[in-house]
Amino acid sequence: MNGCHTEPEAAGALPLPDARAGQLVELRRKGETSRRDLLAGAAAAAATATAAAGCDITSVDQFLQKHYSELTDEDKKQIFARLEAQVKERSGVTVKISDPQPIEGVTFGYALNLSICNGNRRCVEACARENNLPNHPEEMRYIRVLEVPNGAFELEKSDPYFEGEVPKSGKYYLPVQCHQCANPPCVRQCPCEATWKEPDGLIVVDYDWCIGCRYCQAACPYHARRFNYGAPTIEPDRINPNQAYLSNRIRPVGVIEKCTFCLQRTRVGRFPACLEACPTGARKFGDLNDPNGELRKILATKRVYVLKEDLGTIPHFFYFFA
Amino acid sequence: MIRYVVYWARMVACVLKGGRLYYTWMGSLLVLILLGAWSYSHDVVDGLIRTNMTDEVSWGIGIANFVFCVGLAASALLLIVPAYVYKRHDAKEVVLFGELLAVVAVVLCLLFIITDIGRPERLWHLFPGIGKLNWPSSMLAWDVVVYTGYLVINLHIPGYLLYKQYMRQKPNPYFYLPFVFISMFWAVTHYTVTGFLLSGLGGRPFWASPILAPRFLVSVGCTAPAVLLIILTVVRRHTHFKVQESVFDYLKKVLRFSAPLNLFLLGCELFSQFYSGARTPAAHYLWVGLNGKHGLNPLIWTALVLNLATTLVWITPRFRKNHRVVIATAALTMLGIWLEKGVGLVIPAFIPTPLGEVVEYWPNFGEILVSVGLAALGAFVFTAIAKVTIAIQTGTLAVHGGESTPRLPAAPGSVPGSGFPPASVRTPESEGAA
Repeated sequence: MNGCHTEPEAAGALPLPDARAGQLVELRRKGETSRRDLLAGAAAAAATATAAAGCDITSVDQFLQKHYSELTDEDKKQIFARLEAQVKERSGVTVKISDPQPIEGVTFGYALNLSICNGNRRCVEACARENNLPNHPEEMRYIRVLEVPNGAFELEKSDPYFEGEVPKSGKYYLPVQCHQCANPPCVRQCPCEATWKEPDGLIVVDYDWCIGCRYCQAACPYHARRFNYGAPTIEPDRINPNQAYLSNRIRPVGVIEKCTFCLQRTRVGRFPACLEACPTGARKFGDLNDPNGELRKILATKRVYVLKEDLGTIPHFFYFFA
Repeated sequence: MIRYVVYWARMVACVLKGGRLYYTWMGSLLVLILLGAWSYSHDVVDGLIRTNMTDEVSWGIGIANFVFCVGLAASALLLIVPAYVYKRHDAKEVVLFGELLAVVAVVLCLLFIITDIGRPERLWHLFPGIGKLNWPSSMLAWDVVVYTGYLVINLHIPGYLLYKQYMRQKPNPYFYLPFVFISMFWAVTHYTVTGFLLSGLGGRPFWASPILAPRFLVSVGCTAPAVLLIILTVVRRHTHFKVQESVFDYLKKVLRFSAPLNLFLLGCELFSQFYSGARTPAAHYLWVGLNGKHGLNPLIWTALVLNLATTLVWITPRFRKNHRVVIATAALTMLGIWLEKGVGLVIPAFIPTPLGEVVEYWPNFGEILVSVGLAALGAFVFTAIAKVTIAIQTGTLAVHGGESTPRLPAAPGSVPGSGFPPASVRTPESEGAA
């Protein structure tokens, strides 16, 4: 099994290899049918090698499982053991599911320097690796990098499927992921409290409580949420064994998932995978409550803005120029 | 208790018995229902990957049909107001059809949602007490509350009145009249909440219009009378139940107001979206196309033409008198509103995505089968309960054996608030082609 962060391609080629980018764009242009064909093909070809993460109801316990907020430590232990066993059975990979808690007094924030982001998209690939996203880039990614023509601010003019060498002249690059809003429309609209804001400002989803109505997806102004239309497929050698219950564990079919600022890393003192993978240093992460922290310095001294400020979502994700 | 079980058994027996036309109709519906169920079973096994929905367009034809069905539920309000507020005898005779249609419409709304969600077996997460209903924060939670309430009220009123009629007892007004008046306010809440469900999302500027709920309310004023015109025509033609001409006049009168008003509000929306030159991407995509993609243009222009043409018919006295024209126009009105306020209201809100990407959506065969199957289920259930209702109201289904000679109607408006009057019955001689 390959290590998740040591393999050279793991961090994503710079830029995306032409062949692969071409394939991606081609798939998109051909439309939905081809996406599904590819999924079907991939599923068939890798039938044995693939860990289908579909979560069929295997037990009454699973069906009656309570909301995360009502689980006792004992409940969690049993659930985590069951989930670990499921992955083991389906893919042969030993994973460890944990439940890191928010650090008291910390509110996580993210800042991204648009002056130096060059659209290399290594963050996208590193994120996929860390968070157990499927192999095929067109299936599901938490981060979308938009290539926007200079002078444009309307996102309809941007292109998320750009290819070839970056940065291109006359373009700037705008990576977007979950903004972990302080006033999150997704949380407000979830009909069954399956998604909520944690004390450290992270918006999480209880994958075992979500009913899959996708109202949060309709509510999100940043297109940050992803739905498991089919059972997610991930090849065993891509599985990241370091998993957290509320973030990167392998998701069941029919539920919503999203970026959690890699809480399985950040709550134990590490940086998010996207930041570590960024070769330009455009990404800055830290505690918004720390007056001497890097983030607060950026907010105080740089030219900062947030996306769609007018919607009143109060993002914890900032863009700046420096 | 035993009497109640017998009542149900006799109703079922009544549904199972019918003429050739009845069996053909119900049989065809059953085939469509089974096809829909077969298609949906694939969604259950493989997930919604079977549909054409994507992360970009995450609500498709299922939610569009849901929104349209909300409009059908207005049929109850449309007949309750003249029957109970204005005490019109003719409307009171047919008010149960409106209420039962509302029941079917609300059930369809719920089914369109249930077949559209990823984990239907987790629906209990929405039940207060055992689940976690996010009320009053989530508009979808409001929807759940309002729909359930509306369903219960509209099941209670006709259920109680029919049973009393079956038992040959005078209904107690305290048992149903308060609910009749609650249901009027509840109905308005029902449409408003559905409007708010969409317009409450700041990230979807296409929906974030203050006149969305009013537009919604007005367009249900088109679909509900249109569908009632069709249903009551069928009832009049194929059963012994007599529907007075004045009821048709009343429904046409409603359309005479609601159809032009619907166009007016659409015009207001178009003006604010296009006149100033400010860019409204979703509206552009819907009406003229965006970034070279034009998927919904034919659909919305068809809707506009249909709505213009049908409005013209509704406001022209000469056309309104021809019953065939009226029925055809009613069907086209429903189609026009379905295109404009169903598909044309839900899908374009997702195109482009909040990040500006234009991904188009068109339902695939499987999705269409599920939708058709559910529509057939609605028609099936409605036909069944309408048949029972007619049997009870004409006195052929009653506690002491069915009557071969139906009761004659009581004097209209004899006892104020005494439930609905027994239906007028056509004598065999007066029956035409039925």
